Amino acid sequence: MTHAGPVETWATIFSVAGTAIAGDVLTAGAMRRIGDLDLIRAQHGMLGAIRAVLGSGMFLLGVLSMAVSFFALLFTLSNVDVSLAAPASASLTFIGNAAAAKIFLKENVDRRRWIAALFVCAGVALLAR
Amino acid sequence: MKHTLTPQRYLILLAVILTASVGDTLLSHGMTQVGPVSLQNLGLLLVALKNPWVISGILLLLGFFASYLTALSWADLTFVLPSTSFGYVIIALLSRFWLHEHISVYRWLGIVLIVCGVGFVANGPALTEHPQPVTVDEATVGVER
Repeated sequence: MTHAGPVETWATIFSVAGTAIAGDVLTAGAMRRIGDLDLIRAQHGMLGAIRAVLGSGMFLLGVLSMAVSFFALLFTLSNVDVSLAAPASASLTFIGNAAAAKIFLKENVDRRRWIAALFVCAGVALLAR
Repeated sequence: MKHTLTPQRYLILLAVILTASVGDTLLSHGMTQVGPVSLQNLGLLLVALKNPWVISGILLLLGFFASYLTALSWADLTFVLPSTSFGYVIIALLSRFWLHEHISVYRWLGIVLIVCGVGFVANGPALTEHPQPVTVDEATVGVER
């Protein structure tokens, strides 16, 4: 089914992974800023927690990135075989997230977490075979 | 400082894993009943919204997003993501034993790798300790709350 050249194929796969990483990092960053949702819910109730989340511009931008990533995936799947597009974008997203979490969220991505990301990445690639 | 999770928080992670995998499987089961959707018959998507399997799948995925956000509010992204990937294992097992799909040796190997990966992070701290609650570099990302 693949009727895109290698450049177009990988450009679309990278755009899926890039927007997915942006979505994950922005929502995670927003949740870190908002603080512990369990505490907010205990103090202000469920509505207070929902208001805190939906009032965050960073969260909304993250959801927008996730939506763009979803449509980019749909576009990619219409041009590239699912057996390449799905595991390649999922694996790239895992590795990219580990790097982005270290750079932007200042998370302590130690050897244990890198190994976990690599194992899960390889596992996802095998699942799609 | 080692940050360990309370039993209630492990339950939230379990909810993330189960709602995502069972929700996806329900959607998959419902969509096979609805039939293939193409650009020419997008109206079929509205018919899909009347399918009870699709409705319950969507409800579970809404529950997934809520529990995923809750988990991200007290744990690192690089802790939550590998943990939630355990859902791939649940999906594979559900598709094998409920939808009766064939699982190849490669897929079983993939399942083993994911379980090992999850085991690595599950033993470590869930949250990076910062002197101040500063996480995202606004100058780099360029986003104002």
